[in-house]
Amino acid sequence: MNKLNGMNKSGRVACRRGWKGGGKPLFLTCSLVMLICLCAPFVNAQVQEEEVPSDDPVIEARLANLSKELRCLQCQNQTLADSPAGLAADLRREIRVQMKAGKSDQEIIAFLTQRYGDFILYKPRVTYTTYLLWFGPFILLLGGLYLLFHFIKQRRDSFVEKPLSADERRRAEELLASIPGKETT
Amino acid sequence: MLRYLIPLVLFLVLAVFLAIGLTRDPHELKSVLINKPGPAFRLPQLKAADKMISNEDMRGKVWLLNVWASWCVACREEHPWLIKYAESGVVPIYGLNYKDRREDALAWLEDLGDPYTVSAVDLDGRVAIDYGVYGAPETYVIDQSGMIRLKHVGPITPDVWSKEILPVVQELNRQGK
Repeated sequence: MNKLNGMNKSGRVACRRGWKGGGKPLFLTCSLVMLICLCAPFVNAQVQEEEVPSDDPVIEARLANLSKELRCLQCQNQTLADSPAGLAADLRREIRVQMKAGKSDQEIIAFLTQRYGDFILYKPRVTYTTYLLWFGPFILLLGGLYLLFHFIKQRRDSFVEKPLSADERRRAEELLASIPGKETT
Repeated sequence: MLRYLIPLVLFLVLAVFLAIGLTRDPHELKSVLINKPGPAFRLPQLKAADKMISNEDMRGKVWLLNVWASWCVACREEHPWLIKYAESGVVPIYGLNYKDRREDALAWLEDLGDPYTVSAVDLDGRVAIDYGVYGAPETYVIDQSGMIRLKHVGPITPDVWSKEILPVVQELNRQGK
């Protein structure tokens, strides 16, 4: 039942990324990676049990939802749902087992954070260490709004309405009168 | 003057934060298990599959739990040092053979030497999940009462040994006497 992978799997992912960029050096890199992939079966590999989806669609739906909110700790910018890493597969298997045993999502999240810390949560908890993360952008927004209003007000105040002098008024009337088809008062 | 100074100060603050960010390794996560009891395990031994090993067997002494595998490249890097430190007899090193094929693991110890007092076999990685393992090699320092006192992620180098692990082990041994 045990399937060997690990090394060749990550290699394949690297290739796919390379193709998008194109270019000759990338092509060479990819060829090299492919070669390494081909050699992979001869290298010691991680023992990885094949991932068996649960026959209960409710559990699979819950897992799909929950694993989108959890981080794979091996490749940190991927969720547990997306990650091809062995650890992610192990954690998904563990989540299935716990769901089957009747554990709630909250209990499973507690189980994982007790072992891996809050870092496993893609959505950080609101604690005193994350206040700046959660509320910082709003503080910046408020600060920006304050500055915006301040500058607009300052600019508006700099316009001073001054009545026209008699000389200026006469010139204005002359200019207006020079526009054809317009009556002046 | 101020209108030129403010952007400069903002830039410097940002630059300092980013510079600090550059020096930190995002892969090094602080373990939440520090100063908590090491999770219980009872696993078959690598060299004697019919015998079991439990964390309770090590109660009363300071020991290291080293997560390793024959497929793990960085494990190869730390292996000669582990052998050296095991020979020094300062602290017993127990292995957790992580998701490895038994024959690969035994061949590895045969070829490179065996620094481990005993290696436990964690074939499906379930015990590793309890310990919060996310990448081999990882090393835990566990005290006389079974508490985790230190976790190091990545290979043990002489620097890591003398600056991180050895001081903690010596301090725990001193306290225990």
